Amino acid sequence: MSDHAIQLTVNGRRQSSTVEARTSLGDFLRMDAGYTGVHIGCEHGVCGACTVVVDGRAVRSCLMLAVQADGCEVTTVEGLADPEGTLHPVQQAMRDAHGLQCGFCTPGVVMTFAALTSGGDKPSEEQLIAAMSGHICRCTGYQGIRKAAQVLAGNITPEGEAA
Amino acid sequence: MSEADTPVRPEGAPGIGATRWIGKRVPRKEDARLLTGRGQYTDDVLLPGTLHVAFARSQVARGNILSIDTSAAQEIPGVHAVMLAKDLARQPITMMSFFFTPSEVPVTPLADTYVQYVGDPVALVIAETRAIAEDAAALITVEYEELEPVVTIAQAMAGQPIHPGTDSNVAAEIGDEEPEDELAETLSAAAYNIRQTVIHQRISQAPMENRAILATREGPEELTLYITCQSPHNIARWVSLALGLPEGAIRVIAKDVGGSFGLKNTPWKEECAVICAAMLFGRPLKWTEDRYEALTASSQAREAEMRLQVGFGADGRMLASHGVYDCNNGAYPQGADNNIAVHMFLWPAYKMPAYGFVSRGWYTNTNGLAAYRGPWAMESLIRETLLDKAARRIGIDPVEIRRRNLVYLSDQPTTSCMGIPVDDITPGECLEKLVANFDIPAFRREQAEARKQGRYLGLGIAAYIEPTGSAGSMAPMTGELAQVRIEPTGKVTATMSTHSQGHGTATTMAQCIADRLGVRYEDVTVYEGDNTRGGFGPGAAGSRQGVIGGGAAIRASEMLAEKVKALAAHLYNASADAVSIEEGMVHVAGAPEMSRPIGELANIAYGEPHRLPLDFEAGLEVQFRYQPPPMTMTSAAHACVVEVDADTGFVKILRWIASEDCGTVINPAVVEGQVAGGLAQAIGMVLLEDMPYDARGNPAAATFKDYLLPAITDVPVFEYIHANTPSKTIGGMRGVGEGGAIIGPPTLVNAIADALSPFGEIEELVLPLTPARILDVIEQRDVSGTARQRAATATTDAYTADPASPDTHLQEPPPTDSLVLPGGTEALEQASTGIDGEWNMVLKTPMGPQAMTAHFETAGQALSGYLSAPEGRQDFAGGTWEDGRARFEVKVEQPMKITLKYDLQVDGNAITGKCKMGMFGSAKVTGERS
Repeated sequence: MSDHAIQLTVNGRRQSSTVEARTSLGDFLRMDAGYTGVHIGCEHGVCGACTVVVDGRAVRSCLMLAVQADGCEVTTVEGLADPEGTLHPVQQAMRDAHGLQCGFCTPGVVMTFAALTSGGDKPSEEQLIAAMSGHICRCTGYQGIRKAAQVLAGNITPEGEAA
Repeated sequence: MSEADTPVRPEGAPGIGATRWIGKRVPRKEDARLLTGRGQYTDDVLLPGTLHVAFARSQVARGNILSIDTSAAQEIPGVHAVMLAKDLARQPITMMSFFFTPSEVPVTPLADTYVQYVGDPVALVIAETRAIAEDAAALITVEYEELEPVVTIAQAMAGQPIHPGTDSNVAAEIGDEEPEDELAETLSAAAYNIRQTVIHQRISQAPMENRAILATREGPEELTLYITCQSPHNIARWVSLALGLPEGAIRVIAKDVGGSFGLKNTPWKEECAVICAAMLFGRPLKWTEDRYEALTASSQAREAEMRLQVGFGADGRMLASHGVYDCNNGAYPQGADNNIAVHMFLWPAYKMPAYGFVSRGWYTNTNGLAAYRGPWAMESLIRETLLDKAARRIGIDPVEIRRRNLVYLSDQPTTSCMGIPVDDITPGECLEKLVANFDIPAFRREQAEARKQGRYLGLGIAAYIEPTGSAGSMAPMTGELAQVRIEPTGKVTATMSTHSQGHGTATTMAQCIADRLGVRYEDVTVYEGDNTRGGFGPGAAGSRQGVIGGGAAIRASEMLAEKVKALAAHLYNASADAVSIEEGMVHVAGAPEMSRPIGELANIAYGEPHRLPLDFEAGLEVQFRYQPPPMTMTSAAHACVVEVDADTGFVKILRWIASEDCGTVINPAVVEGQVAGGLAQAIGMVLLEDMPYDARGNPAAATFKDYLLPAITDVPVFEYIHANTPSKTIGGMRGVGEGGAIIGPPTLVNAIADALSPFGEIEELVLPLTPARILDVIEQRDVSGTARQRAATATTDAYTADPASPDTHLQEPPPTDSLVLPGGTEALEQASTGIDGEWNMVLKTPMGPQAMTAHFETAGQALSGYLSAPEGRQDFAGGTWEDGRARFEVKVEQPMKITLKYDLQVDGNAITGKCKMGMFGSAKVTGERS
């Protein structure tokens, strides 16, 4: 196996490492960098649980190699809340909407929402739901995730009232 | 806002404070951790020195192992060991069922001389990384003598037994194949005789977190397991029994679990292999299943076929019914299963005078059967879809046919035709509430208009009841324990035997405690997920934690509140009745200056023993184990509206209303989350999910591109009507975990069938209802190929042709040597050897075979004696002994009051026959003279 030196930024911190060419970004983030909030659900790009943000875009870390992230800025779910612990608006919307049960798919859901709503972007509810069709949740029946999408699109308040 | 947002005070709750936490939609305690990536799932845990495990698995469904070559695997750098079955055998393990009974057929963690399914693990590799372990496993070569696999139920009926030493592929059976004469006559004389057949596909439970285990032996006497599971306590109990270790030596930790749905009830082959290897190898070993393994080699669920027949009077009232159920147990089920619960819960919600059935589980060369949300759900699916078929045939409305047959509160108490007491169910009331909230005539008008435009709308309605909160009726299901204490800081901590795989028990239990103790929800922390915390309890299985854990938390908190009041009364010279606790403050009526934070009293209770009342146990801690009634019923009625595209066969769900009675609602968001999750899985079962096997026994869905789980775009917004009839348990809760997955499928199928009714009936319901199968009805031809495939695999013919049908001898005339001979009974007793003396007998109960010794004494035709098993001895008298046939009754009190009616035939030194066990149906008895 060929080893490669890579250097990237994860959640604002510099991360240098040597990885095998075949190591996925997801495995690297979990096992080498210690970000176990990255959840590996299917390893074939369907379930979305492993989604992280790479240079501003949501990607499936099971389908990207660690060497491809050399020089990139990566954000995982651990890097989303502010350092004092205040939840990111996406996390808060998910909590208010009871958008999770077991929490295994949740980091991926949160990262896709975060990528789509970053930098003041205001996607529509339909766009957010369409993006969520790439995330599998086996627990909730998507009721709370749908509600979080409605809150993030500005269509309802966290209490469920029309905005 | 739903009705549950108005908090319901539990029955009999004394006034603690005005602030109610039960019934509130509070934010979940778990979410801050899980939303920020700080959950701790099994694969997140790493111990110093951990090595990683991968398995080499069989690629044939059935075969003898001729040779295994591990030399190439051993040479890979980083590989520490390769273990085969003979290596693991140095650590003996007895794999057991969910009921803690040893498996009916031998199961070993690794296959030894033969394999029984594709994916059967044959070798285990221990290496420095998972990648190296997988590389090495791929280099292990196994030579097989491949045998013809038994894949389908029909093949199991007709084919040779797959398990050596067995005489058929019947894993478990109960009941009588032919209806008894009276039942058959009622059915044939009925004005309408409606039949329904359901062919239920195989399901993968597919929790998002796959199976995982990290096992470490800590010295010669301690074992620690991090394992994704449904209850750390039950895992410790199971592993302790399986390994023969004292339970105290086993610590099981499962802080966060990514869903389970029945899959993770017991450790199975791979987990046991890792445990044995860790015991032998002396390093922490971790195995995390990947999705390919999870889909192709994890235990699976559901695959079953059922035929149901119901006789109706001209007025649409039901007269009698007979059911035939067969399910595929795979090779190594987590307990051989004929799914008796299907028959027990088929009719208690309805006025059904008579029911007969036969139920069988079959061994095949496929993955073993495990539980899945509402394992007996076939009963609601076949009953409710049959009722709609009947309504169309008889020409009455689907609501009306249910009204005429449902058991309403005004009909209770009553007893079901299977002997189940019915005194606390509300399916009829849920239906009335549902109908009051949905304008059916308006929908029918809309439907008629739409049909004129070539659009096909359908309305499906279904009702059901569900047994929840099981405790005390079977070995694994005990009560639950709550230990609650007020810390000197004033914070409240509780250790509970409950366990969350997404259930949110740290939230709901904290609500119960805050509510009954009179403290702030924010000040209560619940710990679970570790068998060394809190007393024993089986946790999640069978919709039980809200009922039993909730009851335990409520009562323990009430007891603790009493203790606080007694202390306050003593300290402040007040009457205990004048003391109240509210938001963590202790108040004395009429003396506001005496109000103190609860922590101040706790400081005194722990640290100033001289200030405590006489006989007051220092500290503010209480524990309570709640032993509820054996089961608590939940009821519901659902409605669903669909549109079926007649060109493509695609189904769009337009509306879904759940009218459900789960008693006291602790947290509406959690209850609705459970219902919604079950309904999404129901939508998956009806429209999408399928785990097929090809003719060679290869699982044909290996990725989520083949095994289709519902996505957000497949699931509508659900509407809820909560009925809130408190149950008889402490707190009044009823279980709600499984219901959506039970009532969801018939609701959706009925909506589709209603939409398709202008084209024809879904004659035989084969799941999933793919667009092609829906086009079969629309185009009235075999578009999907299902009819062609069914003709090749149907079990009906196999029944009559089945030479090994285990019940056939019961219908044969008795052997000649036990026929009445000239000379009467004395000659008979000489000709046969009689029944007097000791016999070893086996009764095949739904929980597994029960061995017992029998003692019989005859006096002429009078028969008496006793049956003796490790659980105790049951004496009987008043039986009859006639023509080699022994008939007697034994009354038992446990697990419930049942009269066991034995009907046995003696043939020389052999005894065979059956035992009618009330609601459990009829079970086979075999034995021999000891």
